[in-house]
Amino acid sequence: MAEPRTASTPSTPAAAPARPAERAPEPAPAGAPASGAARPPLRHRLAERGIDRMLLLLLPAVATLIALFLYPMLYGVGLSLQPRSGGIFANYVAFFTDPYQSGTVWKTMRLALPAALFNVLASVPIAYRLRGRFRGKRLLTAILVLPVTLGTVLVADGILRYFGPRGWFNRVLLELGLIDEPLRLIYNYWGVLFSLIITGFPFAFLLVLSYMSGIDPTLERAAATLGAGPWQRIRRITLPLLAPGLATTFILSFVLAFSVFPSANLVGEPADETRVMAIAAYQAAFEKYDYTMASTIAVLMGAFELVVIALVLLWRGRMYTGHTGGKGA
Amino acid sequence: MSGGVVETVRPRDGFHALRMEGVTRRFGSAVALNDLNLTIKGGEFIALLGPSGCGKSTALNCLAGLLPLSGGSIWLDDRRIDTLPPERRGFGMVFQNYALFPHLSVRKNVGFGLAIRKVPKDEMRRRVDEALKLVELTEHADKLPGQLSGGQQQRVAIARAIVIRPRLVLMDEPLSNLDAKLRLQMRTEIRRLHQSLGLTTVYVTHDQEEALALADRIVVLRGGRVDQVGTPEQVYTDPVNTYVAGFMGYRNLLRLPVVSRGGDRAVLAEPGLRLTGTVREEFTGEAAIAAIRPDDFRLARGGDGAERDGVRITVEVVEFHGREVAVEGVTETGRVIHCRLAERVAPGDTIDVYAPPERVLVYGPGGETGE
Amino acid sequence: MSATGTTAARAAGPAPGFLRRALRAGPYAWIVWGGVAFFLVNLAALILSVVVNSFAVNWFDSWLPSAFTANWYAEAWREFNLADVLLVTLIVALVVVALSLLLGVPAAYALARRDFAGKRAVLLLLMLPVLLPPITYGIPLATLMYKIGLAGSLAGVIAVNLVPAMPFVVLVMTPFIEQIDANIESAARMCGAGTRQVFTRVLVPLLIPGILAAAVLVLVRTVAMFELTFLVAGPDSQTLIVALYSAAFTPGIRAAQAIDAMAVIYTLLSAVLLVIALSFVNPTQIVAQVKEVSPE
Repeated sequence: MAEPRTASTPSTPAAAPARPAERAPEPAPAGAPASGAARPPLRHRLAERGIDRMLLLLLPAVATLIALFLYPMLYGVGLSLQPRSGGIFANYVAFFTDPYQSGTVWKTMRLALPAALFNVLASVPIAYRLRGRFRGKRLLTAILVLPVTLGTVLVADGILRYFGPRGWFNRVLLELGLIDEPLRLIYNYWGVLFSLIITGFPFAFLLVLSYMSGIDPTLERAAATLGAGPWQRIRRITLPLLAPGLATTFILSFVLAFSVFPSANLVGEPADETRVMAIAAYQAAFEKYDYTMASTIAVLMGAFELVVIALVLLWRGRMYTGHTGGKGA
Repeated sequence: MSGGVVETVRPRDGFHALRMEGVTRRFGSAVALNDLNLTIKGGEFIALLGPSGCGKSTALNCLAGLLPLSGGSIWLDDRRIDTLPPERRGFGMVFQNYALFPHLSVRKNVGFGLAIRKVPKDEMRRRVDEALKLVELTEHADKLPGQLSGGQQQRVAIARAIVIRPRLVLMDEPLSNLDAKLRLQMRTEIRRLHQSLGLTTVYVTHDQEEALALADRIVVLRGGRVDQVGTPEQVYTDPVNTYVAGFMGYRNLLRLPVVSRGGDRAVLAEPGLRLTGTVREEFTGEAAIAAIRPDDFRLARGGDGAERDGVRITVEVVEFHGREVAVEGVTETGRVIHCRLAERVAPGDTIDVYAPPERVLVYGPGGETGE
Repeated sequence: MSATGTTAARAAGPAPGFLRRALRAGPYAWIVWGGVAFFLVNLAALILSVVVNSFAVNWFDSWLPSAFTANWYAEAWREFNLADVLLVTLIVALVVVALSLLLGVPAAYALARRDFAGKRAVLLLLMLPVLLPPITYGIPLATLMYKIGLAGSLAGVIAVNLVPAMPFVVLVMTPFIEQIDANIESAARMCGAGTRQVFTRVLVPLLIPGILAAAVLVLVRTVAMFELTFLVAGPDSQTLIVALYSAAFTPGIRAAQAIDAMAVIYTLLSAVLLVIALSFVNPTQIVAQVKEVSPE
């Protein structure tokens, strides 16, 4: 039987020298009838299921991830189950019974969920205005996206200066007579939330804009010919088509906001109000050198995040997620 | 690798016969092509005809080497080629969506195969010019494929396939992305190229008109198996079963009671309908299927003797087709009859039509009628 | 393709389209544009505060500092060993880009062209590092690296950054490769091209835009990646953002203005990368590859 050359497949150069031998017609394996009804060789059957040499291309990437990601993750889970004292779940019990530790879950969610939600919801009307093509769109998009590159540290730095009690923001409000004394916006919850919005919004906006651009504008025109007004067109056509994209955007925004480590330290109150899970994990590892507890918190951090993602995905699964009519989408 | 390339550089090495023996291809548990046996003679134009999913494209890709076989073998004269990768088979191929290299100019697209073969610059230029002239694209040589119309892209694809002087040209529904007018034009163009260059061609299509117009022989495929192989004349006038008949434009496939049989003639009748036909497929039993092309019906004039053949229909839809009208009518038992008549009739008319016995083909009752 | 050129040219035009649009639009549009303007004004002021402070001799309770100086930049450059830090940042970013492309592009190709048993598992393995908070896998990974002595070295910093970067390349490149018709490769083979020739003459030229886009995005992300680098970096393997964080988190030791000067340097570096990135990637096409016909 012929050997499965994966014709449209780049095979490794190393495999090439083997070919001349295969060129001659090979006799059918002894015992197997020569007809097409014979059970084909294993490699044929694998090729029919899409398994061939091309998959070797995946190997380096998968091996790297197993070594640098999967193994450390499992190692971390294993470490979390070997506490310094107590039974295998002692670390988990300790985490949930110590309000100083378990409170970090709520403190993280209290920052990440509103920030992600705000970033997604604020992006929708702006992206809706910016869909379609016009002069200056690229410039405006670039300006809105700029903060992506600012990075959390610069934003934190800027927040300390700008929203500080003597910063320009409070000065303007005082000057206008809107407030009598400076608002306390830094070294607390608000400073961290601002920093999450400033760094997260551009990213959410980019994604929403690109989902919005993927919706065929003629669909709205078609709805208009059927008598739908502007608000009905948005509610009945655009939003339902956009919803799965919004869910995805929310997930990615949430992921970004969930690991609020630097800003919670720099502009928050890391000892109390903004002591998020990342801080707890970092303190356990590099201040108390309790790697098993640090791993426990890291594992729980991943688990809580995945629960939120799973819930959003569950909701997204109930929506239309097919083609949105955009060209080439 | 270079050894194989040198082999294919030899221009126009013809062959006597290309044999596909028991060629089979499975995708998982699904059988896309089952035990295909076909011999293609050098210089022949073969059309693989069938609806989507019949295995015709699988057969073409197996022939090209783009899909490995699950079983069987392919022989070029007495050399086995199904173990060769596609680039060493020396075949040219035209793809349904053209598959032009978007980053290369028309000239570079056409010259790609020659560049791979390291053909000298001046010879390459001469041959590319020749090919471009053949498909009338000389003035578009420096454009990118994206700047061309669909028909022009198709011609680039053809020029790219034939410039390497392939032993065999494979065409995968090359006209299906073109509009109706262009399709007719390109069809003639392909036929002309075949006649002038004498290239052996395997052409895949789902359009029976295309197959009839172009091919020397037609292979009708169904569900991965061959139903019939024959010249256009044979397949057109003498389909082996009702499936092929249906595909060949026998739009009226009527399952009817048999009232009498004698020799290769059979008479089928029911109230308001009586047909004498030619038996094409042996059968036993009380019923059979009559296959009649719409254009084989004639309007019966005068007299309606009970013994005479004829179908009485009430006209429901009339379409104007120039010299003829296409008529859809129903018999008194509610059967829908399609016919093409030279006479003008109007919806609501009751008319009698008949078909000559040699144009009424009778098949066993087990075949498909599309009902 | 030429973001810098065209945006500059367009910005110089009389009235950009979005302004004219805003002027024409109704109250709802005013609210939206008002919100955008509020965000942008605050953002600009926020950045400006940092810039102004970095040039201030000192700045306490006033609208603007009383005197300006550029000395803080010189001090930051000296005090924080910025030349070394920038060199480390550059090496880390470039090596991460090169390695993640080398590993990621072939994997993306296989994923785009093949369906196979276990593909979902591979995709999940690729999605998780992008989805999970870096701290989650960063802490066990850092723990392991301290154990085997890789932590604190340049190699360790590169390795941790590879974890999110390489899957990111795969996730960006897979749809890009999917939209390249597989028949084009078949056509090249039918023209006689072998595996290597299909790769060099057809695939690489078609993949270059996608590879460049992925490379620039990974570069930007790696320069901005704080948590992972922070967890494993030693004194000699700090990237700019980690150095910046360390300086900012231990206030009082360095002058705030010097820290701000460093932050400005960081921002300029990022902004340059962003401009380069935008000239390769149309940001609205990240998800849906909508082919916008050039208006010119």
